[in-house]
Amino acid sequence: MARPACYIIGAASTRKSRGHKLSDVLATIFGASSLELLSFQPPNGRGLSLLHGLANSVGIAFGSFGVGLVIGIGGAYGKLYGGPVVRDLLEVYTTVVRAVPELVLILLLYFAGTDLINQLLTALGHAAIDINGVVAGIGVLGVVQGAYSTEVLRGAILGIPQGQIEAARAYGMPPGLLLRRITLPAMLPFAIPGLANLWLIATKDTALLAIVGVNELTQTTRTAAGATKAYFTFFMAAGALYLVLTLVSNVVIGRVERWARRGMPSIAGSH
Amino acid sequence: MKPFLKTALAATLIALSGAFSASAEQIKVGFSPEAYPPFYSQDASGNWGGWEVDIVNAICGEAKLDCVLTPIPWDGLIPALKTKKIDAIMNSMSITDERKKEIDFSEKYYNTPTAVIGAKDQKFDATSEGLKAKIVGVQASTVHAAYAKKHFTDAAEIKEYQTQDEANQDLAAGRIDATQADSIALDAFLKSDQGKACCDLKGYVAPDLEVLGPGVGAGVRQGDTELKDKLNAAIKAIRANGKYAEITKKYFDFDIYGEESQSN
Amino acid sequence: MAAAETPVINAAARASLWMRPHRIVLILIALVIVLASIFLMRWDWLPTYLPLALQGIWRTIWLLVVTSALGIALAIPLGLAQVIGPPILRVPAKVFCTVIRGTPLLLQLWLLYFGLGSLFPQFPWIRESFLWPILRQAWPYAVLSLTISYAGYEGEVMRGAFAGVPKGQLEAARAFGMSRWKMFRRVWLPQAIHRALPTLAGETVLQLKATPLVATITMVDIYAVASRVRQDLFVTYEPLLLLALVYMAITGILVFGFRRLEARIPNRLG
Repeated sequence: MARPACYIIGAASTRKSRGHKLSDVLATIFGASSLELLSFQPPNGRGLSLLHGLANSVGIAFGSFGVGLVIGIGGAYGKLYGGPVVRDLLEVYTTVVRAVPELVLILLLYFAGTDLINQLLTALGHAAIDINGVVAGIGVLGVVQGAYSTEVLRGAILGIPQGQIEAARAYGMPPGLLLRRITLPAMLPFAIPGLANLWLIATKDTALLAIVGVNELTQTTRTAAGATKAYFTFFMAAGALYLVLTLVSNVVIGRVERWARRGMPSIAGSH
Repeated sequence: MKPFLKTALAATLIALSGAFSASAEQIKVGFSPEAYPPFYSQDASGNWGGWEVDIVNAICGEAKLDCVLTPIPWDGLIPALKTKKIDAIMNSMSITDERKKEIDFSEKYYNTPTAVIGAKDQKFDATSEGLKAKIVGVQASTVHAAYAKKHFTDAAEIKEYQTQDEANQDLAAGRIDATQADSIALDAFLKSDQGKACCDLKGYVAPDLEVLGPGVGAGVRQGDTELKDKLNAAIKAIRANGKYAEITKKYFDFDIYGEESQSN
Repeated sequence: MAAAETPVINAAARASLWMRPHRIVLILIALVIVLASIFLMRWDWLPTYLPLALQGIWRTIWLLVVTSALGIALAIPLGLAQVIGPPILRVPAKVFCTVIRGTPLLLQLWLLYFGLGSLFPQFPWIRESFLWPILRQAWPYAVLSLTISYAGYEGEVMRGAFAGVPKGQLEAARAFGMSRWKMFRRVWLPQAIHRALPTLAGETVLQLKATPLVATITMVDIYAVASRVRQDLFVTYEPLLLLALVYMAITGILVFGFRRLEARIPNRLG
C-alpha cells in the first residue's frame, strides 16, 4: 500500500503540471492520510491491528489445514479399507460438505458445534467451556477442509503402486508402521498438488469467518474501515496482504514439491 | 485408547475450568464488533470504548462482576446468549416483547427517540407519506427494522444491512435515501465529516411502544434471575451515586436515561 | 449406442447396491432423523416465508447462470492471451488471474461495493450520470465480482486447456490451408473447451457456493431469506438446515446436468 503514495510524491516532483491532477485524484480515492492510517504508530495508524488480524488468519488457516489433514487421512483410509457402514457415512460427509456453501456450514457448525460440545460436557457433569472465535474457526474450517482432504488423499493412496503396499503386508508389517513407513511417504508426491490447493483455499476461506465475527484479517479490516470511513484504503491493503500470503505460499509449495519428488523422474510441464 | 482419551479430555477440562473459576465471577458480555458511536467505537490499537463500554464497566464494577467483552455479530447475539456462549448482552439492545419470548432483560439503562435521517438535497419527513417511493435502509434484526417493516413497508422500499455503519455508508454513497435508527447514533453520524456533507435530520418517528419498547436493557438468559437481579441493582446504584451522570456528561449534554423507569 | 446400454446395467447394479442390508438400516436411521427434525423442530414459519424463499432461490439461480456464462466468456480471451498473447496482453491477463485467485472473494466483493461506494460522495457527477440508476443497486456489484472471480479461476483452466491441445492438430489444420481464425474456431477452441469441460462442473458448483456472499451487500438471495427468518424469529438451525438442503438440491441438479452434457459430447481425444 506504499505504492500509491509513492506515485503521489513522484508525480508531484517530476511532472508538475499533470502530476497535480493525478495526485489529487489518488488522494481523493485513498484519502489524504491513508499512509498515516496504515502506519504502525498508535494514535491513528491501524497497521498493527491489520497485522494482528493477518496473524490470526494464518493461524486459523494452519490449524484448519492440520485438522483437515488428520480428518483426511482417517477419511481416506476409511473410504479405502473401512467397512461398508464407515464408507457410506464418509461418502455422506464428503458429499454434503462439498455441496453446501462454506458460509452455511460455518454458521451451522459455529452455532451448533459449540452448543453441542457444551451440552455434551454438561451431560458428562463438567462445566461448559469457553470456545473462542479462533478455536471455533479452526474447528469449523477443519471439518470443511477434511472433506476435500479425504478426496485428495484417497486419490493419492490409489496412485501408489499397490505392489508396494502388498509387499509390506506380505512382510507382516503392522498397519500403523505400514502407514508411517510406506503409505504416507509414497503418496506424498501425488497428494502435494491437491493439498497445496487446499492450503490456498484455507487461507482464503478464513475471510468467511468475518461473518461470525472472528477477529481475522477481513473482520479487522472491516472494523477499521468502518471506524475511519477509509473503506477503499483498508480493503486494498487487506487484499495486498492476502496476495502476499498467497505468493509466499506458492514459493514454499514449489520447494516442498521439489523435496517430495526428490529421486523421482522429473515430469515435464509441472509447475 | 478410550480410557486415555477420557483422561486427556478430563485433564483439559479441569485445566480450563480451573483457569476460569480462579477469578471472582466472570461473565461474558456480548457486543457486536462494529462502529456504533458514541456507544461503541474502536480506537486504532483495537480497543473498544464509548459510552456503553463505560457503562458496562461501571455496572460490572458495582455488581462485583468480572465482565469480559466478547465480540459476536449482531444477529448472532441472542443465539449466542441462549447457547451460553455469552452470559449477557449489553449492546444498545431494546427491550421488546418479541425478544422477551427468547431472553430476559434487566431494567432499561437508556432510552432515546428513534429518528430518520436522509439526503440533504431531498425534503421529506419521517412518516409513511414522506417516505413514499424512497429507499430506507435499516439494520437487520433491530427494532428499527421491525418498525420500518410495520409502518413504511407499503410506501417505501426497505433495505436491510448487517450493521448500521453500512447503512450510513450507503446513505452517504446515495444508494439509499434515508435510514432509521436511534437518534443519538444517527446524531453522531451527522456530526462526522461524512454525515455533515451528505445528510440531515428528517424527523422523529411516531411512537410505537409495542415495537420500539421502553428502552435499552441488558439481555440475560431466561431464568438467570441471579444475574438479572445483580444487574438491576447495579443500574439503580450507578443512577443513584452519580456514576451514570458522570459518564454521560463525558459524551452528552443531556441525560439519555429518559423517563424514570417503571418496572418491566 | 453405448449410452443406451449403460443405464440398464447401472439401474440393475444400483438397485442391488441400495438393497444391501446395512444401507437399509442407514436409510431407516436417516428417515428417523428427518422425521424427528420435522416433528421436533419449529417449521410454522415456512408458509409465511415461502414466497420470499422461492424468489430467493430464483435470484440465486439467476446469479449463478448469468455470472457463470459471463465468466466463461471472459475466461476464453484470458486463457488465450496467456498462451499466445503478446506481453502487453499476456502480463495483464496473468496478473489479473493471480490477483483474483490470490485474494478472498468476500474481500473483492466488499472492495467493489463498499470501497467504490465510499468514493461516490467525492465524485458527485457519478450521481448525475445515466448509469446511476444501475450503480445505485446492489446486483451489478454482485454480478461483476462473481463474474471476475469465475473468470480468474476458469481463465487459468483455459490457459492449460489451450496449451494442452496437441501441436499436431494445429499443424494439420494449417496444412489444410485453414486461416488462423478458422483454425481457432474449428480446431483449437472446440478442443480446448472439451478439455476444460470436466473442470467446468466443479467450478460451477464452487460458484454456486460463492453466491451467498452477495447477501452481505444487501442482495436478497435464498441465503438472505434464511438469515431473515433467523433474525425475525430467532430460530437458528431450522432455516440453515433447509438452506443446506436447497443448495444440495441445486448442486445435485448441476452435477447431473453436466454429466449429461459431457456424455453427449463424443470423446474424440486419443
